[in-house]
Amino acid sequence: MKVPESQLDLSLPAFHAEGVTKVYGEGQAAVHALRGADVTVPSGELAVLLGASGSGKSTLLNILGGLDRATDGVVRFFDQDLAAMDDAGLTRYRRHHVGFVFQFYNLMPSLTARENVELVTEIADKPMDAGEALALVGLDQRADHFPAELSGGEQQRVAIARAVAKRPTVLFCDEPTGALDSATGRQVLSVLQDVNADLGTTVLIITHAAATAGMAHRVIDMSDGAVREVTVNDRRLAPADIQW
Amino acid sequence: MVAPLDRKLGRDLWRMKTQGLAIALVIAVGVLMLVMMDGLVSSLEQTRTAYYERYRLADLFAPVKRAPQRLLARIAAVEGVAAVEGRVVGGALIDIDGQAVPVRAQAVSLPDFQAPRLNEIYLAAGRRLDPRRRDEVLLLEGFARAHDLAPGDTLAATMNGARRNFRIAGLAQSPEFLYSAAPGELMPDDARFAVIWMSEKSLAAAYDVDGAFNEALIALERGASEAAVLDAVDRLLEPYGAIGTYGLEDQFSNRFVSEEISGLRVSASNIPPIFMAVAAFLLYIVISRMIEAERGQIGLLKAFGYTSTEIVLHYLKFVLAIAAAGAVLGCVLGILSGQALAGYYQLYFKFPFLIFRVDPAAMVTGMLVSTGAASAGGLLVLQRVFALTPAVAMRPAAPADYSRSARIADALKRFVDQPSRMVIRRLTRQPGRALAAVAGIAVGMGLSVAILGVLSGFDRTIELNFQVIDRSDATVTFVEPLSSKTVLELQRMPGVIEVEPFRAVPVILRHERRSHRGALSGLLPAPRLNRAMTADVRPIHIRGDGITLAASLAAKLNIVPGQALHIEVREGRRPTLSVPVVGIAQTLLGAPAYLELAALNGALEEPDRVSGAFLRIDQERAQDIYEALKHMPAVAGVSLREEARSAFQRVMDEGSGAMRYIMAIVAAIITFGIVYNSARIAFAERAHDLASLRVIGFTNGEAAFVLLGELALITLAALPVGTMIGIALTDAIAAGFSTDLYTIPADLDASAVGTASLAVLIAAAFSGWLVKRDIDRLDLVSALKSRE
Repeated sequence: MKVPESQLDLSLPAFHAEGVTKVYGEGQAAVHALRGADVTVPSGELAVLLGASGSGKSTLLNILGGLDRATDGVVRFFDQDLAAMDDAGLTRYRRHHVGFVFQFYNLMPSLTARENVELVTEIADKPMDAGEALALVGLDQRADHFPAELSGGEQQRVAIARAVAKRPTVLFCDEPTGALDSATGRQVLSVLQDVNADLGTTVLIITHAAATAGMAHRVIDMSDGAVREVTVNDRRLAPADIQW
Repeated sequence: MVAPLDRKLGRDLWRMKTQGLAIALVIAVGVLMLVMMDGLVSSLEQTRTAYYERYRLADLFAPVKRAPQRLLARIAAVEGVAAVEGRVVGGALIDIDGQAVPVRAQAVSLPDFQAPRLNEIYLAAGRRLDPRRRDEVLLLEGFARAHDLAPGDTLAATMNGARRNFRIAGLAQSPEFLYSAAPGELMPDDARFAVIWMSEKSLAAAYDVDGAFNEALIALERGASEAAVLDAVDRLLEPYGAIGTYGLEDQFSNRFVSEEISGLRVSASNIPPIFMAVAAFLLYIVISRMIEAERGQIGLLKAFGYTSTEIVLHYLKFVLAIAAAGAVLGCVLGILSGQALAGYYQLYFKFPFLIFRVDPAAMVTGMLVSTGAASAGGLLVLQRVFALTPAVAMRPAAPADYSRSARIADALKRFVDQPSRMVIRRLTRQPGRALAAVAGIAVGMGLSVAILGVLSGFDRTIELNFQVIDRSDATVTFVEPLSSKTVLELQRMPGVIEVEPFRAVPVILRHERRSHRGALSGLLPAPRLNRAMTADVRPIHIRGDGITLAASLAAKLNIVPGQALHIEVREGRRPTLSVPVVGIAQTLLGAPAYLELAALNGALEEPDRVSGAFLRIDQERAQDIYEALKHMPAVAGVSLREEARSAFQRVMDEGSGAMRYIMAIVAAIITFGIVYNSARIAFAERAHDLASLRVIGFTNGEAAFVLLGELALITLAALPVGTMIGIALTDAIAAGFSTDLYTIPADLDASAVGTASLAVLIAAAFSGWLVKRDIDRLDLVSALKSRE
């Protein structure tokens, strides 16, 4: 059962998580990936999730993105309870509200840039035109190229276009610049900021590059499976000014 | 201390256990076929040889009308003769209670006070003959069992026109009568032909050959020339009404057993290699794709400093472990099923004992072929991976370049959605991979088409013979050729609708250096009840100026229409004729040769003679007709078409033809194995893409479409290819099953194609369902990680 965008109560935070735990395995072999994480992300913000490897940031993103389930705790997306959704519910949630940008782009090699975007617009409710989405990331001229004919940065921008084309409520980016050089990385971050500013999409970026935090409304610092600190930036850096 | 690479090997094998098992099973069934059939044939051949030796089966049989005992000493003196035995044989009719048609039998003498020098019997039940009791007989065990007769029972038989009652002293088997059929009949039938052994004195009295013999048995010395002895014996016996000495190879039982065993031998040498080749091909495809998937790990190992040789060895061990496990399993199963089948064939061939032997060469071949194919598949891919630097190999493979397929899709653009386009592009952009998948399934299907085609070929053989060629209800055979007036006598019997006379004479046909011992049939010019047919099933006009040969016989003699056939008649005045071949008949049973009746009689200078007649009768009055025939002294026997048909069916179902059912099962396993493996490999290659699709919001069904759509197209493409491969394989397999006794046609059978297609589609649907379950369980988080 899908909740249309208009019915989401935008006065509520996009995400509200409380006491979220995630345990892999059982008994002696149990691994506690999250040990009671609390976090709230207001709608329309660009948040950066920082933390070292093993801090639990990917696990938290997977749970918020509907790819995995919390072992315990409250996970809300506006007024919807993600923890209570079954597989079909999570699929609908991802389909209608969530966009993903992966570290390794995950484009379908057999589809052109435009077709990769259309892959998503075909199943979305009120998508933007694929060409429009590609124009947003500055790739409208290369729409008919296959992934093999695009550079890494271009592939990542196609991935972003694919993610935003359905006008998602939230956009998750897992190390979106991890595989890119700094100049290309800045370009990609700039696109993400535009998406947040122009479309009002809530954006969650995972990164271990602390410098990226400068462009965020909110920085969520994680370690040992819990949120250690949440900083709200008074002044945000433009992506172009980020150094790493 | 286990080296880390070997530990990796163990864990990899465990991780891939299901797929490894599927591959090992396909290898196993291929090796199984090879080991089983080879072991079976070797065992049967050895058992036959041992049985013949132990019971001193003669090498030559020399029937005469009546020859004095003293002649035996002269035969024994012929150079190359090791032993001679004279005996009395004669035809008899046995009356079985409740059976209208009397059963034909052969009576054979046993020496009164000693064991026979040749053709000893094996006593299966009861005791040997008591020479003081003239009314005792030993009865052929197979016949006794078919009619529930046991030692102590009585038996009524008509010999030389006189009816006598006998007591059964014991049941016997003999290598001479493993299989026996009434004269003129093609197929053995335990219930319809009997052998009775009697005291020599008693039997000689019955057939008026006191102090004489009417058949000499001869054993040859090792290395003696059979042809020379044969000629010498023929010359000695000529004045006594000899009809021609013949060797063991022309003796009915041995010929039948040899045909059956050599049928198995041909199947064993033709068919398992086809199965092995299919299994090897599948193995090659699967292994190469499995190694392709290990590319990242290979790069890593190289980066660590492992040499190419070490890495090759590591993967070869992996591949060989699976191939060897399959081959060993195949050997074990092959031996077990060979043993089980040998036991079954022991009963079928009525060997009193069985020597089971496995041919080590078959096992070695099976091992070499399967491990060789597996290694080749592995090495070819490894070579490709080694060409890359470690850094490139470790990195995820660059996205495959689909730009060249763009134009194809442009045309499709308006009609199909993105998932369909992914399916089509993948197939068109990587045609090699798609073709390999199509070829794999097609080969598997071809195997099934061929086996199914051969299965129905057996039925067609029977149908053609018993519905199209032979349309009579019964065949009456006379004791000796009679005047054609007898035909009128038959015609007058109430209930007889149609009578068609025939003449059959024993002949030796020769062309160049080839020869065939058989019968020449004299038929009416346009026979209606027993016809000769062309390959396209049109009746052939039987000519008097030339001979019409069965296609299989023409092939055996290497003769074509227009060439002259040399015919030595072994009856009557025994003329030698040279007659051109004028026609080829499509017969699937036996190897007949036809000449027009009057022309045959003319050549024999015996005008107006017939050996018997085909009858069409009113079924309502059948019993009366059989009863009347039973009392006609001229009638040697009556055979019913229905009985002949079921005897034939039995031989095909229980003899070497029984193997077809096993092959059908093996073909089904291989076909399913190929389809399932194709689905699994496609899934493994695409798991990452599918997970990505699921993450961006595709449902399980939508993601599955991308994979299953590809599988569906590949499967559909495989159907016509599989049909063509099936046609090619049908020829080879049908030839493997055909023997001198029967031919299995290799025409394309639409129902076989239909059934095999259906089986492939069901296998594909089932495999798709299994893979779909894995798609439902895909780990979505893995999509966020780098490609392996």
